[in-house]
Amino acid sequence: MNRKQLSVIALMLALSATWIACFQEGNNVPDLPEKVSYNFHIRPILSDKCFKCHGPDGNTLEAGLRLDAAQFAYAPLTETKGAFAIVPGKPEQSELFKRISSTDSSYMMPVPESHLGALTDYEIKLFKKWIEQGATYEPHWAFQKPQKAALPKIKNGEWAKNEIDFFIAEKLQQAGLTPNEPATSAYLLKRLSFDITGLPPTEELMNDMQNDSSAAAFEKAVDVLLQSARFGEKMAVHWLDVARYSDSYGYQDDNVRTQWAWRDWVIHAFNKNMPYDQFITWQIAGDMLPNATKEQVLATAFFRNHKYTEEGGVVPEEYRIEYIIDKTKTYSKGILGLTAECAQCHDHKYDPISQKEYFQLFAFFNNTKEVGYEGDVTQSKPAKNPVLSLSDAEVKSIYTFINKKDTGAISVSVMGENDTLRKTYILDRGVYDRPTVEVQPVPLQAVLKTDTAVKRNRLDLARWTVDKENPLTARVFVNQVWQEIFGRGLVKTSGDFGMQGELPTHPELLDWLAVDFMEHGWNIKRLVKQIVTSATYRQSAKVGAENFKKDPENKYLSRAPRLRLKAEFVRDLVLASSGLLVPTIGGPSVKPYQPKGIWEAATSGRGELATYKQDTGEALYRRGMYTFIKLTAPPPGMMMFDASNRDQCEVKRLQTNTPLQALVMMNDPTVLEASRVLAQRLLVEKASTDERLRTAFRRIICRNANEKEFNILKSYHDAQLAQFRQGKLDAVKTLNVGEYPLNEQLDKAAAAALMKVVNMIYNMEEAIIKT
Amino acid sequence: MAKEFLEHTLNINRRKFLSKLSLGIGSVALGSLLIPDLFSGKPDEEALMAGLPHFAPKAKRIIYLFQNGAPSQLDLFDYKPKLQEMFGQDLPASIRMGQRLTGMTAEQEKFPLAGSMFQFNQYGEARAWISELLPYTAKVVDDICIIKTLHTEAINHDPALTFFQTGAQVGNRPSMGAWLSYGLGSENKNLPAYCVLLSKGKGNGQGVYSKLWTNGFLDSVHQGVQFSSGENPVLYLGNHESISTTDRRAMLDHLAALNEETYKEFGDPEITAKVQQYEMAYRMQTAVPEITDLSKEPEDIIKLYGPDCLVPGTYAANCLLARKLSENGVRFVQLYHQGWDGHGNLPGEIRGQCLDTDQASAALITDLKQRGMLDETLVIWGGEFGRTNYCQGPLAKDNYGRDHHPRCFTVWMAGGGVKPGVYGETDEFGYNIAENGVHVHDFHATILHLMGLNHEQLTFKHLGRRYRLTDVAGNVVKDIIA
Repeated sequence: MNRKQLSVIALMLALSATWIACFQEGNNVPDLPEKVSYNFHIRPILSDKCFKCHGPDGNTLEAGLRLDAAQFAYAPLTETKGAFAIVPGKPEQSELFKRISSTDSSYMMPVPESHLGALTDYEIKLFKKWIEQGATYEPHWAFQKPQKAALPKIKNGEWAKNEIDFFIAEKLQQAGLTPNEPATSAYLLKRLSFDITGLPPTEELMNDMQNDSSAAAFEKAVDVLLQSARFGEKMAVHWLDVARYSDSYGYQDDNVRTQWAWRDWVIHAFNKNMPYDQFITWQIAGDMLPNATKEQVLATAFFRNHKYTEEGGVVPEEYRIEYIIDKTKTYSKGILGLTAECAQCHDHKYDPISQKEYFQLFAFFNNTKEVGYEGDVTQSKPAKNPVLSLSDAEVKSIYTFINKKDTGAISVSVMGENDTLRKTYILDRGVYDRPTVEVQPVPLQAVLKTDTAVKRNRLDLARWTVDKENPLTARVFVNQVWQEIFGRGLVKTSGDFGMQGELPTHPELLDWLAVDFMEHGWNIKRLVKQIVTSATYRQSAKVGAENFKKDPENKYLSRAPRLRLKAEFVRDLVLASSGLLVPTIGGPSVKPYQPKGIWEAATSGRGELATYKQDTGEALYRRGMYTFIKLTAPPPGMMMFDASNRDQCEVKRLQTNTPLQALVMMNDPTVLEASRVLAQRLLVEKASTDERLRTAFRRIICRNANEKEFNILKSYHDAQLAQFRQGKLDAVKTLNVGEYPLNEQLDKAAAAALMKVVNMIYNMEEAIIKT
Repeated sequence: MAKEFLEHTLNINRRKFLSKLSLGIGSVALGSLLIPDLFSGKPDEEALMAGLPHFAPKAKRIIYLFQNGAPSQLDLFDYKPKLQEMFGQDLPASIRMGQRLTGMTAEQEKFPLAGSMFQFNQYGEARAWISELLPYTAKVVDDICIIKTLHTEAINHDPALTFFQTGAQVGNRPSMGAWLSYGLGSENKNLPAYCVLLSKGKGNGQGVYSKLWTNGFLDSVHQGVQFSSGENPVLYLGNHESISTTDRRAMLDHLAALNEETYKEFGDPEITAKVQQYEMAYRMQTAVPEITDLSKEPEDIIKLYGPDCLVPGTYAANCLLARKLSENGVRFVQLYHQGWDGHGNLPGEIRGQCLDTDQASAALITDLKQRGMLDETLVIWGGEFGRTNYCQGPLAKDNYGRDHHPRCFTVWMAGGGVKPGVYGETDEFGYNIAENGVHVHDFHATILHLMGLNHEQLTFKHLGRRYRLTDVAGNVVKDIIA
C-alpha cells in the first residue's frame, strides 16, 4: 500500500467517524424521566397526535373515545367489548399502548391517513412508563392558579442578584450549564437602554457608565431610564401589535381614520405606571365604569382598532359579526393567551372551550352600538359610531397627554353599549347568517369558574379577567414582558397557553413572577426592573462552544441573547445617533420618506390615502412608532424588518435576516441622510479625523471601537477621501440626500468621506443588535 | 416530543452549517458566490422534515395572471344564447334560488337578464366558445384549459381576493406563493422565490393589498417581493447615484472585516449569516436590473407582446417580465391587473381591459412554448369571482352592468401538466353550475398537486394548529391533469 492509498483510507475513516458522530448526535435520546408527568411528557403527545379524533370536540370524535380526561380514558371501550384504552398500571392490557406501539397499518395509531406520523420509540416508552406508574391525569397547568414556590437551592448563591436567578440557576445546573460572566458595561447599557426606552443610551449615560462600572451605577441607570418618558413609547410598541393599531380602515378603499389619541393614551398609561389590572379594565370596559371619565372611554378604543369595510355592496351583518369575532380574538389571544377563535366553527380540538362557550364569550362584545357598515368611502368619517368626541378645551385642560396641534375637536371610535341587550346565538360553522341556539354572556369556565346563572356584562368580564384567581392574565402579561426582553417567552408560544402551546421552560419562575406581579399591585415598572436587574439579564452575550452545543436555542439562558432591534427601533437608532430625532411624543401619525409608488400601485384610487403625500420638516424625523400605517400598504422598510402588518392581534414578531434588510440599511434615504448629518456635525464638533471616526462609532455602536476596528474605519476613510479629492468620486452628489440642510461651509470631500464611513457603521451587524 | 428532537437536531445542523461558514469571515465575503444561500437555497426546515416534494412535480414554476376586480365570464368565455333570447326578462326565481346578493343589487326590484352584446365563436380542438374581445387568446386555445365552473364563498372583493390568495377570507394566513416558497424553496441564488408585479387598466379599479402576498405566520423570507416599475424594480435595490459597484464592493469588504471583529468577540453564527445576506443583496443589485431591463428584447418579442411591453408598469411589460423572471428560476410570479369591476358601462370597460391584456396573456403562452418552458410552467388566468347574468343599473342592448357573482366563473390554466380543453359546464342561464364545479380549495389543491405537493400534507403548525393552504377541504381536479 502506498502513501496515497493510505491517505485515502485515512480520509475515509475520518469521514466515517464524522458521520458516526453526527448520527449519534442525532440519536441523542435522553433517559426516561424518573416520574413521567402527564402535563410535561404525556399530554403534549396526546394533544398533538390523538386529540384531533379523541379530544374534546364531540363532532369529530372517533369510536366514542376521549383521551383528554381520566374518566373517559379509563372507561370500557364502546366499540371493542371488554377492552379499555388505558388500564392504569398495565400497559400490555391498555388498547392505547398496544396501538401506538403496533406497526400494523390497520391497527396502529395514529391511523396513517391522519398524516400525523407514528410515535417515536422514546414516546412509546414514555407512555409505557406512565401507564405503569398509574396513568395519572393532571389538570392543564395554565388553568391552575399560579403559586409562589420556595426559591430553589442553588450551588452558586453569590451569582444570584434576585429571585429570578435562583430559578434560572437551578435549570442551568440540571442542564449542566454555567452562566456567562457579566457583560461589560457598554454592552449592558446599550441593551438596557433599548429594552427600557427603545433608544440608544445618551452620551451622558454612556460616560457615566464608562467612569463607574459598579453594580450601583448600573442600577442607577435602570432608574434613570425607567423615569424617562421614552419608557411609555417603548412599551406601547408591543401593545400596538396586540391592539392591531393602524391609521386606516383597511379593506379595499382603506381610508384614513383617527385612532392615534388612543395611542397617546397608551404611552401615557405606561408612563404613569398604571397598574396592569387597571390598564386592562379600562380598555375592556372603561365606558361602563361608574361615572366613566372620557379618558376611561378613550381606553376602549382598544376594541375599535380593527379593520372596517367601506366596500360598497357588503352585507352589513356579515361584517358586524366579523368585527365581534376580531374583538373576541384580540381579547382571548392578547390578554388570555388562548386560541379561542378555534372554537368559532366547532368545539375546540385541544382546549376545553366548546363552540357554545366561544359564543358566550363573544356575547360580551356583541352588545356594542356599532353597525356593520356606515356607507362607502365617499361617506367615510375619521371615526365610526360609537364615537368619543374631545373638544379642544378638554384636551388642553384635562387630557393633556393627547398631542393635538389643531383647534378642532377630535373623534375616536370607542365602545358603547346598547340599552337593550342584543341577542347572541351560536352561529353554525361560525357563519353570520346561520344562528342556532341563543346564549348568554359567560366567561370561559375552564379558566375560572363563575356562577353561570348570574347575568354579566363587559365590565364583569373585565373584572373576571383581572381577578387574582384568574390563572392566565398575569402569567400571559409577565410572559410577554419577558419575551420582549429575552426574545423568547418562558412560554415560547406567547399567544397560546393552551394544550397545543409549548410548555414553559421555567414553570416555577413564570408562576413566581406572575404571583409576585399581582401581589405588588400589577406594577409594570417594578416587573421590568426585576428582570433587568437580575444576574441572568446582566450576562454577556458571548456564544461559548460548550453552552452552544448543549443549548443551541438558549432556552436555559446561560448567555444573554443577541437580538435584532425591532423595526421601529432600527429607525430610532439611526435618527437618535445622528442627532436628527425629533423627540415629540404622540400626535397624529407622520409620513416620512418612502419609495415612490407604494400606495399608488395598490390603491383603488378612492379615498384620502390614494396617493402618498410625504411630510416635510420635523415630521420626517419622528420615532418609528409614529410612522403612518396604511393597512393595505404598510411602511415597506418596516415590514422588511418584521414589523406587524397590524391586520390582526399579534403578540410576537418574527426575527429574520434577509438581503432586503441589507438593501434598506445601505440605500434607504433616511439612513443616508442620517449618515450625512452625523458626518457634518462631527466635522464641526471634533477637530481630528480620528476623533470623528471614534465618536461616530461610539454613537452608533454604543461602545468604543477597538484598535483593529478603528484601523478598518481609518483605512476606508482615507481611501474614500483620496478618491473624493482626486475627483474620482463626486462629493456634491454624495452629499445630496435628504431634506435636512447641508452645511455649505464644510469641506465637501471631507464630509462625503466621513459620511461613507458613517453609513458603513450603520450597516455593521452589531449596530442593530442588542448584544 | 418527536418534533422537539427533530427541531433540536435540525438546530444543531443549522448551527453546524453556520459555524462552518464562519471559518474566516473575510474570505466568505469574497468567495460567497460559491456558498449556498440561506435566503433562497433550501426549502424550509420544517418542510424538509416532511420530505417535500411529495411526488414528482409536473410544474416547476407558476405565473399567475390575476385579473383583479372580476372579469365577466359571460362576455368572454361562458356563451349563453339563452340570455339573448330572454333579454330584459327577469331572472327566474327557480334559478336564483334565493342566493344572497351584494348590497348593490339586493334592493333591485327586477333582475333583468343581460345577454352579452359580443359575438362568440368556437375555436380549437375543443371547439371552445370565446368572445370577439379575445382574438389573441382564441389563437392559443389549444394550449389552455378553460374551467368554467370555479366557485367561491365570498361576494365582495376584499374577502374574495384574500380567499384566492391565502385560502381564507379573513385572517393573516400565508399566501399561495409563500406556501410554495416554504415547501419548495427557490431555484436560484440571485432572486427572491416569489415576485409580485402590479398593473392597472382603465376600468373600475379595486385595490390590491400587501396581505395578498404576505408570508402570514411563515418566516418572512417567504414573503412576496413586490417589483415596481419605477427606477427601483425592487425596493431599496439601487445604490445612491454617487455609488458605483466598485464603491459598494469596497464598502462590503471593509464591512465584512468589521463584522469579523464582532464575530471574534461573540462567536454568534448569525453574524456570518448576516455577511452572507449582504452578499446576496450585492448579487441582486446586478441580477435584478439585468432581468428587468426589457429594452434589449429582440424585435419579434416586442411584436409578440405588443408595443405596450416597452412601457414600464403596463400589463404587457409585466407579462414579459414574468417570463424573464420565470426563466431565471423564480418559483412564483404573481401579477395583478386592476380594472375588471364592471358594475356599469361594462361593455366599454371590458373592451378596454381586453385591449390591454389579451395580446400579452396569449403572447406569454406562445413565448413560453417557443422556449420549451411551457411544460414546466403553470400559467393561470382569472379573477376573484364572476359577474351576474342580470343587469345592474339601466339595461340597453349595447350597455349594461353586472354585479358580483360567486357561484360560477371562468378561469383558465395552461402548461405545467394541465390538459388543454374545456372543463365544467354551467346551466343555460350561466347562473349555477351544471356539472364539475371547482371550489377555490379544489383549485388550490390542484395547483399544489401540479407542483408535486399533497395539499393535505403541506402544513405548518402555528399556535397549536396545523394550517394548510386548503384549510380543511379541497380535492385535486384529476380530470384536468395531463
